[in-house]
Amino acid sequence: MSEITSETVKHLAELARIALSEEEISTLTGQLGAIVDSVAKVSEVATPDVPATSHPIPLANVARADVPGTTLTTEQALAGAPESDGSRFVVSAILGEEQ
Amino acid sequence: MSDLTRLAASELSALLRARDVSSVEVTQAHLDRIAAVDGDVHAYLHVSEAALSTAAAIDAARGDGAELGALAGVPVAIKDVLCTHDMPSTAGSRMLEGWVPPYDATPVARMRAAGLVPLGKTNMDEFAMGSSTEHSAYGPTRNPWDLDRIPGGSGGGSAAAVAAFEAPIALGSDTGGSIRQPGAVTGTVGVKPTYGGVSRYGAIALASSLDQVGPVTRTVLDAAMLHDIIGGHDPKDSTSLTDPWPSFEAAAREGALADSLRGVRIGVVKELDSPGFQAGVTQRFHEALELLTGAGAEIVEVSAPHFEYAVAAYYVILPAEASSNLAKFDSVRFGLRVTPPGGGTVEQVMSATREAGFGPEVKRRVILGTYALSAGYYDAYYGSAQQVRTLIQRDFATAFEQADVLVSPAAPTTAFRIGEKVDDPLAMYLNDVTTIPANLAGVPAMALPMGLAPEDSLPTGFQLMAPAREDARLYRIGATLERLLGERHGAILGSAPALV
Repeated sequence: MSEITSETVKHLAELARIALSEEEISTLTGQLGAIVDSVAKVSEVATPDVPATSHPIPLANVARADVPGTTLTTEQALAGAPESDGSRFVVSAILGEEQ
Repeated sequence: MSDLTRLAASELSALLRARDVSSVEVTQAHLDRIAAVDGDVHAYLHVSEAALSTAAAIDAARGDGAELGALAGVPVAIKDVLCTHDMPSTAGSRMLEGWVPPYDATPVARMRAAGLVPLGKTNMDEFAMGSSTEHSAYGPTRNPWDLDRIPGGSGGGSAAAVAAFEAPIALGSDTGGSIRQPGAVTGTVGVKPTYGGVSRYGAIALASSLDQVGPVTRTVLDAAMLHDIIGGHDPKDSTSLTDPWPSFEAAAREGALADSLRGVRIGVVKELDSPGFQAGVTQRFHEALELLTGAGAEIVEVSAPHFEYAVAAYYVILPAEASSNLAKFDSVRFGLRVTPPGGGTVEQVMSATREAGFGPEVKRRVILGTYALSAGYYDAYYGSAQQVRTLIQRDFATAFEQADVLVSPAAPTTAFRIGEKVDDPLAMYLNDVTTIPANLAGVPAMALPMGLAPEDSLPTGFQLMAPAREDARLYRIGATLERLLGERHGAILGSAPALV
């Protein structure tokens, strides 16, 4: 059995920055428990002598010449932003009042 | 000339080059078809307003005697996961509703340069997470064969558009089967190229070590011609292979003409020829094997003992990479922003935005990925899954010593009903059992229609897999099999419902 509790899901949601509702936490707790139990079988065959593969086709040291190219204009870069002041992204306060 | 929509891209290409039809006529025919049937099918999220003017420009260039590419003037549909500078690119998510990217994805840019005419953007499961297109924030796409059934996913929109003659060809993306499984259940052809064969630049990332862009078509030749255009090295994608590629069109044409498969070893993957699959799928698969044998191919049974761990490994690796890739949706640079009542810090705004902007499947996978990557669980899940990936690559290497291509059904069942699995994520995940191994190993794979299942008269798909960088082999053998199947069953889509 997995150790996924509603507290685990609440903690993971904070890490993932998703303000889940209580109802979602309850649904996800059951679903994640079942999924985690099912995928746990990966550890059955992962013996220490097997190396890990992070990338299907290994490539090394992919680099380009360090020369300036064309980039987006400020206007283009800001065009899709929810809020900007014409030259910068506008964000909410980074620190809460108590900090 | 409404039957222009019935022609393959290769046939349209010949007519356009001979100036028997104009691109404007071909494009208009497809726009008319979209207007007539897309209210039912819902393959498109956005239809381009520029299609006719683009087509007119191609016609004018042809009139001036310009050198044009093979598919110049042919319309194409584009999965909404690919960035287009002139159309919204939402990836099926509320998070990106109305977002117009400042640049084109490389495969899109290459199609435009080759003179293809974008018709619009096709529906998909949100951020390509799903096997049914039911997880689109904009409502499901319906299978043209039966409007109560799913068109597969995540690229159900592209497959349905091509199957319903709303586009001759389309672009898709395949992370665990999102091109091939929709191909199987809609009676269309889909190819996942070798990882790194087609640029991922401008494809909104799901799982970067698995994602690959590829063609969605009605014929093997069309897939080859589209692959020739979109493939090849791109310095903007650091995982793009620098290998020179042969002409896939030439491989497909050669395969279509081949009168024998003598000397070709076809490996049937024992673990993917499961008694648990739908009976009609298994029956059509074995009939296709008989056709291959009849043409002189040698059938060998190969074993890939670790494929049974592929789905589990995939549903650790994919959520892990997705949770990282989707962190970019922070409500600052693009997309939705939702401010909680009374305001909040940037972190609270981000959390409220992601709560409102992501659908249930995206939340499920992001949370799962966060778990798999968290301290204390990383080795047991993500580390082990990456080791399984090595074992699956070794299985492929051993199998390819015994066979030139590996084959299996492309999906375990025909199209299931809308709503049947949407609340059961595990059942939905098992639908990808046949397609996932190729993504984990980075090898190329193709799905092509192999006839209708006798019990429900719905399409079934045959999967071919080749070693990495041997995509041409898929087109060569795939085109031969397509011809053999055509001689037996006729054109699959010829028996699809008319919809109007």
